[in-house]
Amino acid sequence: MNDFVNQFWNWYVILLVLVSIIACGVLLWTQSSPPAGSKVDTTGHVWDETLEEYNNPLPKWWMWLFYITVIFSLVYAVLYPTLGSFPGLLGWSSSGQWAKEMAKFDEQTRPLYAKYMKTDLKALAADKEANETGKRLYLTYCMQCHGADARGSKGFPNLADNDWQWGGEPAQIVETISAGRMGVMPPHAQLGAETIKDLAAYVRSLSALPADPVRVAKGQEAFNSAGCSGCHGPDGKGMHALGAPNLTDKVWLYGSSEATIIETITKGRTNQMPAWKEFLGDEKVHVLSAYVLSLSPDAAASK
Amino acid sequence: MSETQSTYNYKVVRQFAVMTVVWGIVGMLVGVIIAAQLVWPELNVGWLHFGRLRPLHTNAVIFAFGGSALFATSYYVVQRTCHTRIFSDGLAAFTFWGWQLVIVLAALTLPLGFTQGKEYAELEWPIDILITLVWVAYAVVFFGTIAKRKVTHIYVANWFYGGFILAVALLHLVNSAAIPVSLTKSYSAYAGVQDAMVQWWYGHNAVGFFLTAGFLGMMYYFVPKQAERPVYSYRLSVVHFWALIFTYMWAGPHHLHYTALPDWTQSVGMLFSLILLAPSWGGMINGVMTLSGAWHKLRDDPILKFLITSLSFYGMSTFEGPMMAIKTVNALSHYTDWTVGHVHSGALGWVAMVSIGSIYYLLPRLFGKSEMFSVKLITVHFWVATIGVVLYIASMWIAGVMQGLMWRAVNLDGTLTYSFVESVKASYPFWAIRFLGGVLFLCGMLIMAYNMVKTIAGGRTVDDARVLLPAAHHA
Repeated sequence: MNDFVNQFWNWYVILLVLVSIIACGVLLWTQSSPPAGSKVDTTGHVWDETLEEYNNPLPKWWMWLFYITVIFSLVYAVLYPTLGSFPGLLGWSSSGQWAKEMAKFDEQTRPLYAKYMKTDLKALAADKEANETGKRLYLTYCMQCHGADARGSKGFPNLADNDWQWGGEPAQIVETISAGRMGVMPPHAQLGAETIKDLAAYVRSLSALPADPVRVAKGQEAFNSAGCSGCHGPDGKGMHALGAPNLTDKVWLYGSSEATIIETITKGRTNQMPAWKEFLGDEKVHVLSAYVLSLSPDAAASK
Repeated sequence: MSETQSTYNYKVVRQFAVMTVVWGIVGMLVGVIIAAQLVWPELNVGWLHFGRLRPLHTNAVIFAFGGSALFATSYYVVQRTCHTRIFSDGLAAFTFWGWQLVIVLAALTLPLGFTQGKEYAELEWPIDILITLVWVAYAVVFFGTIAKRKVTHIYVANWFYGGFILAVALLHLVNSAAIPVSLTKSYSAYAGVQDAMVQWWYGHNAVGFFLTAGFLGMMYYFVPKQAERPVYSYRLSVVHFWALIFTYMWAGPHHLHYTALPDWTQSVGMLFSLILLAPSWGGMINGVMTLSGAWHKLRDDPILKFLITSLSFYGMSTFEGPMMAIKTVNALSHYTDWTVGHVHSGALGWVAMVSIGSIYYLLPRLFGKSEMFSVKLITVHFWVATIGVVLYIASMWIAGVMQGLMWRAVNLDGTLTYSFVESVKASYPFWAIRFLGGVLFLCGMLIMAYNMVKTIAGGRTVDDARVLLPAAHHA
């Protein structure tokens, strides 16, 4: 890749850099010989009654320090990328350094991840060592949204319970992490405020929360007629394939208050889990999936 | 002769000198508050959370405190060393009131969230225009005074003040170029990595010219004056002046190591940062060696203590800076508290201490006294401030290196050993020590304010200081 639109700017940079480094040395050289006369005296100028200047020669050690930095710079400029598009004799680049370090780690960890890859995900979820690695991956890449304790927060699912929005089978978890998920609850403002309030009452009643029984009855009717059951199912138990949450399990992604449910129904919700396959690779996704599986109490109990 | 009847304009010097102390207290108080917010996160409330107060802190200490000190001393020095009254009292008064208005506007707009998002150049475009007007007036006053000087040679302090004024004008105009979309919002004229490069060309030269060249000007007047000794070497001042102002201009890319900036640009920044070591030390040597033959004065002159200690911190920071500009060191230090420690060893140790020393020199002369109300309190201030700086930078060194090591630690399975929040948790004790260091430094400023008020109360405003005739040349 070239940083310059044409060779003029390349040479402009090369010459300017070289001339400027050398100019520092030349400036010093012109002033390096001690002032004439053996006796150090003031320059003879006086300001503000008392201000005068001696004309001591430059300290030798300081001069050498200065020269050394100039010479070092010229040598460095030849060895490392400094002079325009000239890559330097050592062929070093910052992206090359990164690639080399990554390759070293890949080489070092390949046998370990190959072993994990061959292990069934459910078995891996019971492997203490694999879960240690999985936990550290989690703490690096996942905790920003799902929290250090994996209990999530508003809009970010709790991973430490038994509820799975997109399914808790190993293949489903791998799919969620690899390809990401896009959850869409469409807005239903067209139903009108009264109907939405009825629906909210019904949804609350599904999780045994207090609600007006008259509204609950009307809400149940609307639930089936307004199309809610299409995704959440006639019994409100949700559908993993669509990421439609189970409304009967007392697990709330956005909150269980009447106001929050009304907001969810009226305005809808759009939420995204990013895809990690390209960034992490299949092996790390595998280990991470096993760790996520191990977090749910049911999986732990079946060990 | 009419010139001998003329007096120096001490009024504008006095105004800026007093405001130096006032803004120093305000700026450092905000610094102490944000240091506390890091230790006790629950202190982050509303408009006064860290993200809003941090730019207020940097703007207040750099431009309000540092700026006022530079205005005060440069107006004093340029008059005294040119043996003439300042060029245009009116414009000088405009720079004072204009600069105060800029500071007040900054204190209002930054907590409200109006920002250009450029570090040390956060202020929105209308304030930028006001800064430009004030700065042009400053340049006219300063160079106008130089032009009507009564001596042939321009004293070295004025080279540095002049270089600082010209460079800051250039930096401000180029980096603040923006397209306004409303009174309170604008977008940078540059995009992507070019914007980053322009920003750090500005950012590093704000350090190089605002916080270094200007204060070297201060040093070149007040150190020889207070030590009553000639400057060590004219030759050295010539070499290090030209090398310093030339080399600083190149050093900015070291703020962008291992980023999208091309490798060659990063290398150029690193090399000129290394070359910068010797020119920086030239200033330190010239200041410290000026004391040769008068070292005993350090024992009981607290003003000299401030000035010489500031030069020690200057030498230390300007060694540390080039080291941190080396790519491999930067890979460890960048984004950590080490950078914060480095900045404060320069800002508190060098900039604040040389300013404090100079203002202690000025105050009695501006208010008709032979010395400050209490010399003993200056000594107390010196020790409180020095302990504060040491606590601050030592804790930040440890925290910074620790963070850098924690972030890069990798396990055998290729995972990171520590999550980010673990490094945050490990930093708490050091942030507490830093807070304590800041509190001490702020206490020093409060002691100074008390001393200043008492000095002013017992004195009179001096407006009749006669312009001195230049000494006859004996060469």
